[in-house]
Amino acid sequence: MSATPTHLPLLLEARGIRKAFPGVQALAGAGISVRPGRLNALLGENGAGKSTLMNILAGVFPPDAGSILLDGRPVAFRSPREAQAAGVSIIFQELNLVGGLSVAENIFLGRQPVNAWGLVDRRRMLREARNLLATLDLDVDPALPVERLKVGTRQMVEIAKALSFDARLLILDEPTSALTEHEVHTLFAAIRRLKARGVGMIYITHRLDELPEIADDVTIFRDGVLVHEAAFRAADRGDYVRRMVGRDLADLYPRSQVTPGRPLLAVEGLSVTRPGGGQPLVTEASLTVHAGEVVGLFGLMGAGRTELLEAVAGLRPRDTTGAVRVAGEAAVIRSPHDALAAGIVLAPEDRKADGLVLGMSVAENVSLSSLDRATRFGLVSRRLEKARAAAAVARLAIKTPSTAQRVGTLSGGNQQKVVLAKGLACDPRVLLLDEPTRGIDIGAKREIYTLIDDLARGGMAILVASSELPEILGISDRILVLAEGRVTAEFRRGAATEQALLHAAIPPQRGAAIA
Amino acid sequence: MPTPAALTEPPPAHTATAGLVPLLVRFRSVFALALLVAFLSLATESFWSEKNLQNVLRQISVNLCLSVGMTLVVLTGGIDLSVGSTLALAGAVAAGLAKSGLRLERFNTLVEFTPAGAMLAGVATGLLVGLVNGTAVTTFRLPPFVATLGMLSIARGLTMLWTGGNPIHDLGPAFAFLGNGRLDALPLLGWLPMLIVVAGALAGVVAVVAGHTRFGRGLYAVGGNERAAAVSGLPVAAIKRGAYLWCGALAGVAGVLLTSRLNAATPDAGAGYELDAIAAVVIGGASLSGGRGSIAGTVLGCLLIGVLNIGLVLLDVSPYWQQVIKGLVILAAVAIDRATAGGRFFQD
Repeated sequence: MSATPTHLPLLLEARGIRKAFPGVQALAGAGISVRPGRLNALLGENGAGKSTLMNILAGVFPPDAGSILLDGRPVAFRSPREAQAAGVSIIFQELNLVGGLSVAENIFLGRQPVNAWGLVDRRRMLREARNLLATLDLDVDPALPVERLKVGTRQMVEIAKALSFDARLLILDEPTSALTEHEVHTLFAAIRRLKARGVGMIYITHRLDELPEIADDVTIFRDGVLVHEAAFRAADRGDYVRRMVGRDLADLYPRSQVTPGRPLLAVEGLSVTRPGGGQPLVTEASLTVHAGEVVGLFGLMGAGRTELLEAVAGLRPRDTTGAVRVAGEAAVIRSPHDALAAGIVLAPEDRKADGLVLGMSVAENVSLSSLDRATRFGLVSRRLEKARAAAAVARLAIKTPSTAQRVGTLSGGNQQKVVLAKGLACDPRVLLLDEPTRGIDIGAKREIYTLIDDLARGGMAILVASSELPEILGISDRILVLAEGRVTAEFRRGAATEQALLHAAIPPQRGAAIA
Repeated sequence: MPTPAALTEPPPAHTATAGLVPLLVRFRSVFALALLVAFLSLATESFWSEKNLQNVLRQISVNLCLSVGMTLVVLTGGIDLSVGSTLALAGAVAAGLAKSGLRLERFNTLVEFTPAGAMLAGVATGLLVGLVNGTAVTTFRLPPFVATLGMLSIARGLTMLWTGGNPIHDLGPAFAFLGNGRLDALPLLGWLPMLIVVAGALAGVVAVVAGHTRFGRGLYAVGGNERAAAVSGLPVAAIKRGAYLWCGALAGVAGVLLTSRLNAATPDAGAGYELDAIAAVVIGGASLSGGRGSIAGTVLGCLLIGVLNIGLVLLDVSPYWQQVIKGLVILAAVAIDRATAGGRFFQD
């Protein structure tokens, strides 16, 4: 690729953007600039603030401070609608399509062409949709309901929708995370076509291997701050990783030397199929976690980390095959209740959706899984429940006015601690943690890492799934890498490097196809 | 990574500010009831008469059973539209068995029922309906609205089949005692109708179940966040089924009480009663999306509706206007609920 063509005017320039959420400073001086017909790849760890900036640019919410210039003129979008009208469209990771409506209806949702009677002009709508799809070289019947399309095709429909707004700046948030290899190639071809038409793009990704095909510029965020921006150079790849991480790891991750005890969790030949059939989510995974050991589970999005943990925790009984042993004994786990009885606790990835009842108090959430321990003569003892919750609040340093506080009002880090307290209240032997520090600030992260270390020293077996490389490297005694549902590598602490983990995490056939 | 969802996160806890206004908001049902009672005492002569009070309490008893059971279902985020029909079916079964027993043609025998036995059979009928509802919602994953709408029709049809479309009267003094008698042996409270004693005692039992047992806590957890409840190891299906079981059994009790009070079972009994029950639950502060509400609130809502009903009659308001006013009260109650802190959280 060429060097930055400074002769091209800037399409978009955002500078000094700041944004705080309750308990988190998501952006503390971030920015990005995009030129017409060029793709700027935005890199950064989870929590670096990439999605927050995209949401600000697309008008989902306003920044606390900073300036955004579009064609050199300051703009402040109050809604995604305003942003779209100005030519800025975002394609979210979770697609925003109405499944039951046709492709054409989705593209023109709320703006369907009408005839003289004020009724929707279906023929014109289908014709215009067909034209838009043709510019993307996409062969799909615009009358088909979206729910009948594959994920990759739906994504292209979203892009067609963005183009129908005459988008000049297109923001793509990890668009390839759910796509097959072939779909990725179709997407990249569409991206090249859009570039030729002068559309500027911001492309968020975790997959550095994609960059040589499409990237013109690179922007890197770390902890909400812009740390690097320049034209893309394939040779700088190692440098990009260092800049994304770039902090003193030893300081953040306390991990004591522990001699592992007997095996507490043994998973043998575990496979998880998709509920609707199709490519399996996890294939023949086997692993062992010993008492006092922290084992990291690394993989890219869609590698099957969450599904593996959920299967062990009894959340996918119909789709799971394979054996689980706890402390050497075979455990039949058909429900979360069975898992709890066997001493296995899962702290799920999405704490608001899967971990907590937000309208309930701290005490009620802490006792959710262990209410039998606060029950006397068939009745729940509020006094006992409160005492147990108070002990958990003290042990985990949960910042809350009282145990009667609604969990929904706490910050992300404290909510995560309540999820952990709920699990620990069952006195588990095996702790499964799925992205235990997603979206929480650095201080709470450090406290949770310290807690993990304490628990392991107390003899618990801990399996941590994470997509954050430094986290996995910092807290694990041993690391397993998943790629497309298979365990592809195992590293001892000290033997693992970011490059080695990433290499093992990239699905083999895709790596080959791109190289 | 903060997402748009982070924006809707409620603000940090505000400490409860002392003062009259929060107190008024918090106990608004109590104040509304007190105001209504005060108004009726002044505007009518007969409100405090023993006859009227007994009337109010008798009328409330049936809705109390229905709405208390309904609360358990609503807590899980469900709804039971079939309670009115269940009431009719249970009442008809009890009346039919008390009056003429159960004829088993194949064995050429007649099984006779004592009044108490017939009543228990009525309650068991309600329990069975609840079991079917609960199974439809859990095992067959039907939306509660649809499952119980179907049952509304089925139970009504079964009632017609069982009664042949005719009322069953003259069930005997023993059967009618529950609905018309008093517990004269009770000191001070001897004037209370048996009906309200039974309904009140049941409401008390359900209040303990909802507020102080693991099952009760499960209702709130399932309604608050079903997925989190499941991940936390709660038996979600059993909890939901339990709610419909209780609701059906209580509708059965309501049917028996009403039949006993009228000393007759009519095939169209209880038509539309589900709406009064849902109204009492909603006025009592429960959220129809689940996870919030209380038996105490429902009891208050039930009293409010009952006193309003009787008051409008005493004030000689036309029955047509009575319906309009009742509807307005329901809308106002929920609007106030939404506008105050209690409702806002769940709206998001």
